[in-house]
Formats: sequence, C-alpha cells, structure tokens
Amino acid sequence: MKKVIVPIGPYHPLFEEPEYFALYCDGERVVDVEWIAGYNHRGIEKISESKHWDQITFLVERICGICSTSHPIAYCNAVEDLAKVEIPERAKYIRCIIGELERIHSHLLWVGLAGHFLGYNTVFMWAWKYREPILDIMEMITGNRNHYAMMKIGGVRRDIDDAYIPIIRKILEDLKPKLNMLTNAVLDDPVLAARLKGVGVLTNKDIKEFGALGPVARASGLDIDVRRDSPHSAYGLVEWKVITQNEGDVFARAVVRLLECFESMKIIEQCLDNLKGKKGEISIDVRNIPPGEGIGHYEAPRGECFHYVRSDGTGSPLRHKIRAPSFNNIPTFKASCIGETISDVTIILAGVDPCYCCTERAIVAYDVNTQKKILDGSDFIRLSQEKTRKIEKEIGVAPSRWEEKNWERDN
Amino acid sequence: MVLSLRKKALKKSLFVFHLSTGSCNNCDIEILDCLTPRFDIERFGITLAGSVKHADVLLVTGIGTLKNIERVKKLYQQMPKPGFVVAIGSCACTGGMFRDGYTMAGPLDKIIPVDVYIPGCPPKPEAMIAGIVKLLNSIK
Amino acid sequence: MDTLETIKKRFSDRIKNIKIHSDIRIYIEIDKKDLLDFAKFIFNDMDARFITATGVDNLDSMEVLYHFSIDREDVIVSLRVLLDREDPVIESLTPVVKGALNIEKEMYELLGIKFLNHPELKRFLLTEEYPEGVFPLRKDSQKGKK
Repeated sequence: MKKVIVPIGPYHPLFEEPEYFALYCDGERVVDVEWIAGYNHRGIEKISESKHWDQITFLVERICGICSTSHPIAYCNAVEDLAKVEIPERAKYIRCIIGELERIHSHLLWVGLAGHFLGYNTVFMWAWKYREPILDIMEMITGNRNHYAMMKIGGVRRDIDDAYIPIIRKILEDLKPKLNMLTNAVLDDPVLAARLKGVGVLTNKDIKEFGALGPVARASGLDIDVRRDSPHSAYGLVEWKVITQNEGDVFARAVVRLLECFESMKIIEQCLDNLKGKKGEISIDVRNIPPGEGIGHYEAPRGECFHYVRSDGTGSPLRHKIRAPSFNNIPTFKASCIGETISDVTIILAGVDPCYCCTERAIVAYDVNTQKKILDGSDFIRLSQEKTRKIEKEIGVAPSRWEEKNWERDN
Repeated sequence: MVLSLRKKALKKSLFVFHLSTGSCNNCDIEILDCLTPRFDIERFGITLAGSVKHADVLLVTGIGTLKNIERVKKLYQQMPKPGFVVAIGSCACTGGMFRDGYTMAGPLDKIIPVDVYIPGCPPKPEAMIAGIVKLLNSIK
Repeated sequence: MDTLETIKKRFSDRIKNIKIHSDIRIYIEIDKKDLLDFAKFIFNDMDARFITATGVDNLDSMEVLYHFSIDREDVIVSLRVLLDREDPVIESLTPVVKGALNIEKEMYELLGIKFLNHPELKRFLLTEEYPEGVFPLRKDSQKGKK
C-alpha cells in the first residue's frame, strides 16, 4: 500500500523553527505553557486608518481565511451602529445565508483536522471532500470559494438569484446524510470516547475568567451566542436553537460543532424560503459616516468577533479595533493543558480551533528540570496518533475498523 | 550526468514543502485542498514533504513579516538544490493590501529568489496545479 | 435600561460622564482610580463578560476603553478612562479579569500604555527592528501610513 506523507501544514512541523507554544514538561505531564505570538501580526488596525470606509470591508476579510465573512459582518455592524442605519430585510437574509454556509464549512474543516491529529486520516480526506460542495455554492453565488466580498456598509453587494435557490437546496440535502454519518460515527465510537472524554476540561469558572467564546464556551455549559443574544441580520426572524454541552472536554467541543452544522442548515433553509419569489432592496446608500463611535459583533465559527470604530466625520476611521475570537480562546490552554499528558496536547490545542492566522501551531517541549528541548512539532502529532492506536488495542478494536465501516456504508 | 538524472526524477515526483510567512491562511488551506479527493495532486506524483531537507519545491504564502525573515532564509538554504520557490497568493507575490503595514519585510522576492508566482486571493487549486505544471514543463 | 440604572445607583457620584448612544450601547467615562471598583462590580456582581479593551491615541490624551457585555440584556457597557499622553499609566485589570492579560500586553507594546501590577508586561508582537519607545499605533508614528 502506498504510504502517504500526511499533510501537516498549516501546522507544519519545521525543524529549528521558532516555537509558538512552548511547553514545559516534567516527564509525561505538562507543567506550564507559554504562547509566543506575533508571526502573523500584519498591523491591520494601523492600515485601516489610511483606508476609506468602504475599502476596509475588503481589508478585514483577509484577517482570517476561514472566518472570512465574519469580520466584514462585524465591521459593517459597527459602522451601521455608528451611523444608526438599518439594513433592508432582504440583505439581512442574505447575510445570514453567507454566514451560516461559512460556519458549516469551517466546522467540517475542523473535523477533518481533528481526525488527522487523532490518526484517522480518512476522516480528514472525507470531511474536506464534503466541504467542497459548500465552496461550490459560494463560488456560484459570490464568485469566489473564499473571501466572498459580499458585505458592504448598508447591506450586501450581490443578490441571490431565484435560479440558484433550488441548486443550493439540493446540495444541502445531499450533505445531510453525510453529516449524519460523521456525527453518529463520532458519538458512537468507543475509541474516540476513550480518547477525548475527560481530556482538556475547561470549567465554567475558567471560561468566565478567560472570557472564552464560541463552541469552547458552549461546550462547558455557558449559554452564550451572539446570534441569539444580540440578534442582527435575520437571526431573530428564523427558528433555531443554541447547542450547549456540559462536560467541557474535547469530546463536548466536537459534539457542539457537529450539531451546530445542522442548526446552520435549518437557518439557511428558512432564509431561502424568505428570499424565493420576493423582490427587495439589497442595500441602502450610506454617503457620509458622522462623527462618533460604533461597536459591532458577530458570532464567527470560533466565537465572537468584535469591532470598534471611531469616526471624526472624514473618509477614514480615527481608530479601528479588531478582536478575533481566538485571542480570547487560545490562552485557555493555561487551564486545559496543564496536568495533561504530552500526547493529548495536540488535540486539546486543536479543540480550541484557533484561527490559524492568529497562531501557527508548532509546539516545542522543554523539560522543566533540565530546560532542554525534548520534543518538537511533528513529535506531538505522532504521539497523539500513537495514543489512539494504543487505545484501539486496549479496547480490542482493529485499526482499520472505522475506515471499513464507512466504506461499506457508502458503497 | 547526475544533475540531469535528478531533474528527470524531479519531473516525475515532486516533494513539496509548505511554509507560511504571515498570511491569513486561506492560501494554505487551498494548498491542502489540492491533496483532498477532488483535486488529488498525488496522482501527478506530488506529495508534501515532512522536512525541507527532502523538498524539491518550497511553497510560500504570506507577506513575509519581520519575525519570519530569518526562518525563511534558513529554510531556503536547507532546501537541497536544484530546488524551486513558488510564491502563492497575492500576499507572497507583491504584499497585497498589507504592503504598507509596519511589520512588512517582504514581498517574498526581496528575501529569497522566487521562480514561480501564482497570484490570486486565494488562487484556486486549479490555478496552483496549472502553475506547478508550468514549472515542471520549464525544467529542461 | 436596567443595566445603566444599576450602575448609576451603585456609583452615582463617581461617574464623570454618560453617553447613551442607543439602547444597547452605553459609554461611561470614569476616573482611572475608580477603574477596578467599577470593573469588579460589573464583572462579578453583574455577571458581565469581558469582551476586550481598546486603546486610542487622541494626541492630547491617551484613552482606554474597557468593553463588557451583559449578554442576557444585550447591552455593551464601555468604561472610558482618559490618561496623560506623555506618561500613560493605569492599574492593570488582570488581577480582576484574567482575560485582560494579553490585550494589556498588546496596548503596552503598540501604544506605550503602562499597566501597573501586570504579571508579565513584555513585548510579544514586535521584533528588534522596533526599538523600545517606538509605538507603531500612535498617531505620530509614521510606520504604516501611506
């Protein structure tokens, strides 16, 4: 059988590479973790001050590749808050649709990577294969697979034609059984349960202290979701529910993300019902931004995206503050990694689903007694995969069982 | 004689090493997408290398921030020659909209020599495959 | 406007200015010595969530805004503190809100605001190309402007 050199990037293991997470270990246990950031710092807040209000929508899209529409929506919300502008109803539904489609493909991306870290490379390939039709929908309605350039201050830039709606519905219908398969496989699998339950636990108190957000917070029982708490776009106009779990471990985070995909599909279908056969404005003209300040936030797939803008009435903002959700989520490893074994570190860090542009996850471990480097990036992934194989043996499950089961189901 | 054998082997099976120097990671995800079943570049003999010392091609994304310069130069030196550098995405080609940023040290061709430029934000997997094929055809 | 009334009742004489931008956006200006008391009350007693903090260079002063969200009422309360621009110093919020650790480090590095009693106030974003004393996000810093 041909051996595949598994893709690790964006978490590529580089030798002699500056460390991003420095772990201090005593034997097998992690004693302390340090986060060294700044490799992706591009000075976007400063660049914002020299761009026109409309240009900034395209700039903030590129803060993060995978939360690509979250930042423009939060930014537009901030400016619309400043200018006290209400967007037309049709634009609200379109914003919702784009946001939820992005949520589905982001969560599927996470499922694939988590599968890879655990040693289930089939999950990686299949989750990313199921992502492709969503990217096709995006290309069909916006023109690009990522970085959709759909948002503008006052509404959206492009309409969704009635002719596209049955195609979108069909693709989502085809995706449902595959998502069902993935979700049930995760919930039923004894190896995943042994591997992920009780690992990387974050208590309610930790979540509040660090200000953690998104699926990480909801997996620890905290019932917060900007879409419901602060409804903008069409979230207040359609029926859906917030998914929470109580255990706070990596398994709970996986469950929250998978179940959220189904809620997203519900939202999209209801929004499409409200678009089909109707006509309406997709944006209102906002000519001048008055002096003042505005705040906008949006529930990105990873948590709350926050934008603050201040204007002095000119064509550029005086100050533009951006806070991506991972800025609050990543420091939680201080609470979730300490005391855990080295082989679990990769999956705990992955469980937080850092927006890669906020960090590149190369990890290095130092022995706390000798201060010598003992492991680096690729070692962690290998250890994580080895632990899964060990648990499989203990439970008495053959390694290829997962792969075989799904081959039969689909063929 | 040895060199042309190496170049022949290069055309049949390319080991690719991927590196990000300060990007939004969209290009990186599209590079990974090339390995997934829809595009499946493995059927062309292209695989990702785990270490730059086994790589024939260095795929670089990102603007090249100040913190990354040393690492990029080191990796380029460690790549066995003949090796090629491919700049993927508008950020690596020209710096894109971040070229006025205060941490900008690129664009990439100011730091290391670049052989192929694949523009786009992000370039579609088809565009990346076309770029690699052009590179392979140009190896004589 | 339950949130505002609760805060007013507790701190009536220590509020310098209130700006009600809308039902869901309130900006309260306070003196820097009162920051920790306000923050403790809003974060602990009112069970708010700390969103983040924003530093703004106003050329004649340095301003820090601390944003808190009361999710169940859909209100964002921002505490505004004005500091001296030549020597901006303020008590760190980290002992009260652990989540403020990294944002205060960022404001220190990019704007030069000093936070007293911060557990690890040091650079983490910029490199040696930026010597100590150069703060890229300040208005008079030329880096990054076209």
